[in-house]
This record gives sequence, C-alpha cells and structure tokens, in this order.
Amino acid sequence: MSSKDRVLGRIRRALRDAAPEGEIPRDYLPVHGVRTPAARVDLLAAHLAEYRAVVHRTHEEALPALLTRLLDARGARSVLVPPGLPPHWLPAGGPTRVPDRAESTPYELDLVDSVVTGCALAVAETGTIVLDGGPDQGRRRITLIPDHHVCVIRVPDQVVDSVPQALPLLDPARPLTWISGPSATSDIELDRVEGVHGPRTLEVVLMGTQ
Amino acid sequence: MTGTYLGMPAMPATPRMPAVPATPEVPSFPEAAREAVRDGVLRANLRHATHTIRDKRARAVAELADWDRLRAAGRAVKDHTLRHLDRYLLQLEEAVTAAGGTVHWAADADEANRIVTDLVRATGEREVVKVKSMATQEIGLNEALEAAGIAAYETDLAELIVQLGHDRPSHILVPAIHRNRAEIRDVFRTEMGRWGRPAPGSLGDDPRELAEAARLHLREKFLRAKVAVSGANFMVAETGTMVVLESEGNGRMCLTLPETLISVVGIEKVVPTFRDLEIFLQTLPRSSTAERMNPYTTMWTGTMKGDGPTAFHLVLLDNGRTDTLADETGRQALRCIRCSACLNVCPVYERAGGHAYGSVYPGPIGAILSPQLRGTARAIDASLPYASTLCGACYEVCPVAIDIPEVLVHLRERVAQGGPATRAGIRVTLRPADGHTAERAAMRAARLLLDHPGALRAGERLLARARRLAPRRLPGAGRAWTDSRELPTVPPESFRDWWAARERSTPR
Repeated sequence: MSSKDRVLGRIRRALRDAAPEGEIPRDYLPVHGVRTPAARVDLLAAHLAEYRAVVHRTHEEALPALLTRLLDARGARSVLVPPGLPPHWLPAGGPTRVPDRAESTPYELDLVDSVVTGCALAVAETGTIVLDGGPDQGRRRITLIPDHHVCVIRVPDQVVDSVPQALPLLDPARPLTWISGPSATSDIELDRVEGVHGPRTLEVVLMGTQ
Repeated sequence: MTGTYLGMPAMPATPRMPAVPATPEVPSFPEAAREAVRDGVLRANLRHATHTIRDKRARAVAELADWDRLRAAGRAVKDHTLRHLDRYLLQLEEAVTAAGGTVHWAADADEANRIVTDLVRATGEREVVKVKSMATQEIGLNEALEAAGIAAYETDLAELIVQLGHDRPSHILVPAIHRNRAEIRDVFRTEMGRWGRPAPGSLGDDPRELAEAARLHLREKFLRAKVAVSGANFMVAETGTMVVLESEGNGRMCLTLPETLISVVGIEKVVPTFRDLEIFLQTLPRSSTAERMNPYTTMWTGTMKGDGPTAFHLVLLDNGRTDTLADETGRQALRCIRCSACLNVCPVYERAGGHAYGSVYPGPIGAILSPQLRGTARAIDASLPYASTLCGACYEVCPVAIDIPEVLVHLRERVAQGGPATRAGIRVTLRPADGHTAERAAMRAARLLLDHPGALRAGERLLARARRLAPRRLPGAGRAWTDSRELPTVPPESFRDWWAARERSTPR
C-alpha cells in the first residue's frame, strides 16, 4: 500500500463518525469603514509610513524627475528595470539600466544598487503592495536582492481598501509577493530592525493623474 | 575559528552544522519547568517579550470591528476542511501537479526525512538553505540531513541564533525569545566563523548590528544556494497555491533563488479556496506579530518558467495528524495556524519557558498538540496536559477558537484513566499512565470512606489526635504531590466533630 493510500485511509477512518459541519459564516466585513478614493490613498500612505516605507506623491508628468532625484539621493550607479516599465519613467542619462533577464545570476543582481517597479495593486488597510510578476514588475528576485526598491502605485486606480477586496483581483497562477514595509525582524528582544535580507529601503511613489 | 574575514566563506572540510541536541530522555514538564523557573535571566527575557507582544496584539486586534466574525469564519473553514480532508488533499495534489510540481506523501517523520534526503541527493548538492518551518523541526529533518552528509542552514534570524547556539527553539514565532542581546552577540562571535562568514570582531549587542552580521553571514549562502527547504502556512486546494508569511526576506530568498524547492507541509495546512486566505491574512499577522500585515508574503503555484525554482516538490506530512483527527475532542488542535498568541498570554509558559515542554510546539497549543501527535506513552507527553492552570486565556486569544482548556481536560482524562485512542492509524485502548495509579487508588479509598460515614469519622478523630506526628511531605507515591504543594495542617478537631459539638451547645 502506498503512503498516499495509507494516509487517505487513516483520514477516512478517522472521519467515519464525524458529524456534517455547518455553513462557513462569511458575515465578516469586506471593508473596514467607508472612504473616498482620496481618503483610501491617505490611509495607504499612513500605513506604509508606519512600517517605515518612505512615501512620495507625484503625478505622471513629474515622475521622471522624482525617480531621478530618488536614485541620485541614494547614489545609485545601476538600476534594475523590468521589461514592461514605461520607458519615459526613467529618463536617459541616469544610472546604468540593468535589464531583468532570466540568465542573470543572484551574484550579478547583488551588485545592482536600486530597482524600480510598478505593482499589481495596493491594500490601504494593511499598508501592502502586491506584485504579481507583471511586465512592469519583473521576476520576484529583482525586488528582493538590491538594497533599494522604488515602487510606483497608480492612485487611486490601483488602491483597494482591504484584503477581501484584493484577492479577487489577483491571479493565483502568477507568483505573488505581498510587501508591507521593508524587510524587518523583531527576533532580538522584540526590537524591530528594518532591513535584514530584503531591501533595507522601500520607497513608494503614489502617482496620481494631474 | 577567529580571524579576519578574507572574502571566502570559511567552510569546514565536511560541513557539519551544530545539531540540535538529541534528547531521547526528555524530562517531564514539572522537572524541566523547575529548572527553568530558577533561571532569573530566562524569566526576565520571557516576561519582557511576552508582555510586549501581548499588549501590541491586543491593539492590532482591536482595529478590526469584525474580529469575532473573522475568528468564527476561520474556525469554520478549518473545521470544514478537516471534515473533508481526503477530498481537499486530492484536489490539492491534482492542482499542484497540473502547475508543474510533484507531490509526495509521508505517513511519518522517517518517511518524510527519507523523501527529502533523496530529493536533495538527486540534485547532487550537499547543502540546503531553510526557511523556518515547524514541520521540519517536528520531524528532525536537519539531523536526518546531517546524518546523510547534507548541511542544512537555518536562515530565519531567530533560528540562526538557535542553531549557532547549539540550542533548541523556545517559541513558535520567536524561537530565540529566551535569549537577550548580549547572549546573542556572544553566540555570533564564537560560532559564526565555523559555518561561514564570521561576525565582525567589533560586534556589539545592538540589535541593528546583530541583524547586519546575520545579513552578511547568510547572504553568501542565499546567493550560492541550489536547494531550499521550506514549510508553508497555507496550501490552497482549489489552485495548488502555497503561501508563506514572513518578515525578514529570508523566506523570499529561499523560495525564489534556488533551482529546487522542497516544501514539507502538514496535511492540516490545506484550505479549500483562494478566497479563504482573506480570513487568515487578516487574523494570522495580527495574532502572531501584532502587525496589520507581515512584511513579506510569498504565494507560488507549482513552477513558473523564468521566475523562481525550476523544480518544486511538496511533501505532505501525516506524522500523527490523522491520529489527532480521529479524536473527536482533540481534533480541533489541527485548526492551529501557528500564530503563537496562546504562548504569549500563558502564565505557565511565561514562567517555564518553551524548553520545558520538550517539543517543538511549546505553550498551550503544544500541551495539546504534542501528546496527540506523539501519543502519551512517554513521561513528557503524559505530563503536558497538566502544564496549565486552565485559566482559559489561550482560548480567548486563539484566532481559530481552539478550546485548549477543553482538550487539556480531555487529555488529562485519557492519561489518568486510559481509554480508546488512535496510534499510527490503529485503534488502541490505552492503559492509565503509571504515575496515576496511586491517584486512582486514593480516589477509590476516598469513595469507600465517603460511603461509610462511621469509618470516616473514626479516621478523622485518629488523624486529629496524631496531628503532631503528621509529616510535612507524604511518603511513597504521594511524594510527587507534596513536592509541589504544601500539605495542609491537620486541625485539632474535625469539622464534623466541631459541628456536632456546636449543635449540642447552641440552644435552638
């Protein structure tokens, strides 16, 4: 008998006398509170900042100048760029662009200073951005190895209130990364320290339309 | 080994990780706890940590007006899944396979260890990086890999502290909760160089400095790793999606950089639908780290061309879970999502610490989970249901409403009286545990006396007259009882005699 059959057999014997269970109550709240789109974006910004992400606000025309300034301020000499990042976001003449390529080794990525991506959506109530590996976000590892991640969120369109609102918009077949503030640990006397293995600095740009 | 770091990882010729001390003869809970409560540093570390996190948790939970409804829904999803566990596991296997993964079934720890060892060997690699996982600790995977000549590197900061310190984890979420910063610095200074990049010679005890030392030490391992081993917080039957919640990014490193990913997951971790995650992604972070959301959550479904590992293996682990499922009262322990909120509120855990529980699952949940997964034959497992004051705080904070006190009482009854149970899938009748024979004899004697008032009265008078001779500690089998309790002093007169005298002298 295979282990699969053995385990399944044990489960069936264990449940022989189990009573049928009731319905799953789904009366929990889909959203906590009623917000205007602007208030939703404000809440997202507040929650991101509380977990030590650096939040900036701009509009599409001013985005290239802002990104240039952020990369300059870090002294970034190279920046990872997902294949579908809108070309006009990063003006020519800035840090060397490193394309997101399957054949890059982790060691090569470790030499890159910064990464700029979009996102799939953001969740205001938890201060979370979600990446789904889309063309403007790239492979999971490019937002992990460089020490500086700049993520651009189109507001208010990409912002939802809550986790229950976020899940139906995501495709589980894609690799998903939920990011709430930069890498952190509380393993030493429960003192929170940011930046252990993931990027030490997470900058979030809330990009509205003008 | 000390000295200057020259850029090359200082690997010993044969990589041998500090193994978790093998503890075949685990002392029972009262014995182990007696040691722990005498340790002032340990108690101070634990008290500081548990009080900090329990206060933060209460604030995080209070933010959600629908907490009670989320809790009820989480409980119902888990109960429903357990009720149809066979169906959901088959659905999960199909979905994972369709997405390019391979599913293995392991009935017990040995089989799971064998499967993982063979999978690592097949890659030709001799080392693996590990994401913190209770399931792999439960089965002793690191030791099994070491015996096969494979080095397993823990990458969670707390697990690294535990591993480098030749220590055992003391908490589900914060395994090094019992260590303070000075102790951690000492461990890093003396041990890091033996397994890779040494800690800087000037390393201080500031948490930032310590985290930075861990970052540098582990980064060389992440970047070269070809094989990773993880657990999972949830597995979605409908889609085959695996979910890991973490904070540091060591999880993301292990889950996305290596070529081969092996996940060892208890069969109770499956949930039916992707939508069900909306409940647990709200309740788990708030219950465990008291955050609205943990910094990183990774979800993956099979393999994805060009992104992440090219081979994914899922090892579904039973190892006593189906035996637990067979117990009508005890099966609710399988709802556990390993948040550790029950540890942080438990007055017994706070004083005794995690090691006293003799299991990778300490605290109240460990007191009901370990004796069910392992059976109650050993002294430690027979003593765990008694490692509680039954105050009920653990039930109050549990995000999936496990009635831990109810299961504790149920397991106490099983230990004291014996009765039917399931071990390795077979129905057995347990005998009462040895230590409880005297207790049952005493109860039988008490019943005899209470049924014969004359005998009771005579006994009481005899005892009152001989009270100067009464010992402070009971001899023989009763000694265990008086070791931890004061024997009451015998009054000069029994209540019944006093009452009778009062009735005679008081005019009606």
